[in-house]
Amino acid sequence: MSLPTRHFDALIIGAGGAGLNAALQLASADLRVAVVSKVYPTRSHTVAAQGGVNAALANVLPDSWHWHMFDTIKGSDYLGDQDAIEFMCREAIPTVYELEHAGVPFSRLDNGKIYQRAFGGQSQNFGGDQAARTCAAADRTGHAILHTLYQQNIRARTHFFDEFFALDLVRDAEGVICGALVLEIETGEPLLIESKATLLATGGFGQVFRTTSNAHINTGDGTAMALRAGIPLMDMEFFQFHPTGIAGKGMLITEGTRGEGGYLVNKDGERFMERYAPSAKDLASRDVVSRAIVTEVKEGRGCGEHGDHVLLKLDHLGEEVIAKRLPGIRESSRIFAGVDPVIEPIPVFPTAHYAMGGIPTDRFGRVAMPAGHGAEEIVAGLYAAGECACASVHGANRLGGNSLLDILVFGRLAGKDIIEFVRENPYRRTADTASVDQAMARLTRWDQKGEGTSVQQMRAELRKCMEDHAGVFRTEDVMAEGYRKLCELRERLPEVRLSDHSRVFNTARIEALELQNMMDVGISIAVSALHRQESRGAHSRPDYPDRDDQTWLKHSLYYQEGDRMDYKPVRTKPLTVESFPPKERVY
Amino acid sequence: MNGSTPDDAREFRRLRWQCRRGMLELDHLLSRFLDLGYADLDLERQRLFSSLLCEQDQRLSDWFMFRSEPDPRFRDLVEHIRVVAGEHCPV
Repeated sequence: MSLPTRHFDALIIGAGGAGLNAALQLASADLRVAVVSKVYPTRSHTVAAQGGVNAALANVLPDSWHWHMFDTIKGSDYLGDQDAIEFMCREAIPTVYELEHAGVPFSRLDNGKIYQRAFGGQSQNFGGDQAARTCAAADRTGHAILHTLYQQNIRARTHFFDEFFALDLVRDAEGVICGALVLEIETGEPLLIESKATLLATGGFGQVFRTTSNAHINTGDGTAMALRAGIPLMDMEFFQFHPTGIAGKGMLITEGTRGEGGYLVNKDGERFMERYAPSAKDLASRDVVSRAIVTEVKEGRGCGEHGDHVLLKLDHLGEEVIAKRLPGIRESSRIFAGVDPVIEPIPVFPTAHYAMGGIPTDRFGRVAMPAGHGAEEIVAGLYAAGECACASVHGANRLGGNSLLDILVFGRLAGKDIIEFVRENPYRRTADTASVDQAMARLTRWDQKGEGTSVQQMRAELRKCMEDHAGVFRTEDVMAEGYRKLCELRERLPEVRLSDHSRVFNTARIEALELQNMMDVGISIAVSALHRQESRGAHSRPDYPDRDDQTWLKHSLYYQEGDRMDYKPVRTKPLTVESFPPKERVY
Repeated sequence: MNGSTPDDAREFRRLRWQCRRGMLELDHLLSRFLDLGYADLDLERQRLFSSLLCEQDQRLSDWFMFRSEPDPRFRDLVEHIRVVAGEHCPV
């Protein structure tokens, strides 16, 4: 089958902060760069990042990249690679200045310097006083960065394939990845894009859980493509959950609600956190509160018709306090939960927020995987950056202000490395027919007609199973049962059928393709979580409540073939400074 | 979309994809409205909804979440979407 084909020096899949920052480096160096995005680039999930970007500029309080590095390693519960973290914290400073010069409207101090705000987990002098490290553009930093990068890419003549869905990576006859087969959503026609280098920058995958704060687009497309290409996924068990999302919807209700005196109750009106955390009660750490909520629901004390959530009470605070100290909460609750928190409690449940794991890369965004006997090998021409990737800078737990930093630093550095790679590998590679046929089969499989399970039903079952068995409540029994159910769902996937086989704007077909990605990524999370028998960072197991550095100070690697696990050591040696040895993580 | 023409069906599917946004809040409001309220709009207001989807995510979020006043031409539609998407919002 002859397919329309386009050729570029570099192909970037995903147009959030990581993809666009990489594209800008490449286009500015006069490389021919294609960016494929399933939605318009300015609708990428980066737009939802409100917080800001950490960089030790020391504009407000004394600061140093070394202190930033310490905080990030400690925050990672010592699972982060210390060389990558040093690199990110050093590179944060030129990255922010580059963005400033590109036109990002950072908030300013009176002296004209970039304003920096304090965030949890930031310290001066290695765990001392609070630091102020986060650069922000008011409360819309992600929006400002995304729009600036997009406009700069337009100026630099990056070629955008808007509303194209990436089906799978393709390889040449030697097995080298040389682009991807993509689908134009409007026409339903496939297009082969051949490239000398390919960067996966498709963002997070919170949609694998029923309750998530992630946008609908976050279905793990690039992450699943890497898996199908035989690349393992790293540290997938580490997923941040926020204890109070709007039940059944996922939108975040800030922890400030409990800081201001709000509290949680079960169906009997009991303040149940008093049982789980007698001292801290509703102000206990995120994992404790999240697990308490799930326990209440599992033990039949949940609220509502299905008993599947608990209630967050704010009405005793009064209208004035809610309006003044918790702006936006009343509006969110009214619109998405149909309740006015001045009068009624808000239905809440833990919501999946951020993936620390992903496609393993080195600090230049190059995909790296074991090549036997413990050695690592770079996958030639394949890069990953942003939330879909795991450069191992967040380890077991990400600090606030480090997610935008991750996408910007590693997007930028991946772009710079691709420039070198293309200079050293200037010849065009041609996709092998068998590889293209395999990618096409992923599309044509949905042409099958007849009776079968619907995509919506399978998607709902998958997300519910992930929430119940690989969410915040992780015991051996719960997770083993979840894995069994997930295997059953995976076996049933070939029975799923579409009823609409049209080509033009067939969004049902895109959702079917996303379903397979979600299934692949979801199982990788469940298997990785089942195997890690300790509690570390965001991975919390009541049956193994302690961190176990002796056995588990190592990265997980999940391989799709046989749902196999492998492990590799944490890189505890930084680039230029002394190591930070593991300590108990106390704040 | 009962009784719709193929062009209507195609437009509806196009709009469904335009309702995919960078923020979950917008996904929810816009997709639910498309399912529950769009078909009841007259042609002019359907076109207005299509124009609304061309606005930036941050601006839409500000309008829907009462952080700023919507552009006058969208004011009624924004309120209508809030009501329709919110009304059918069981937990």
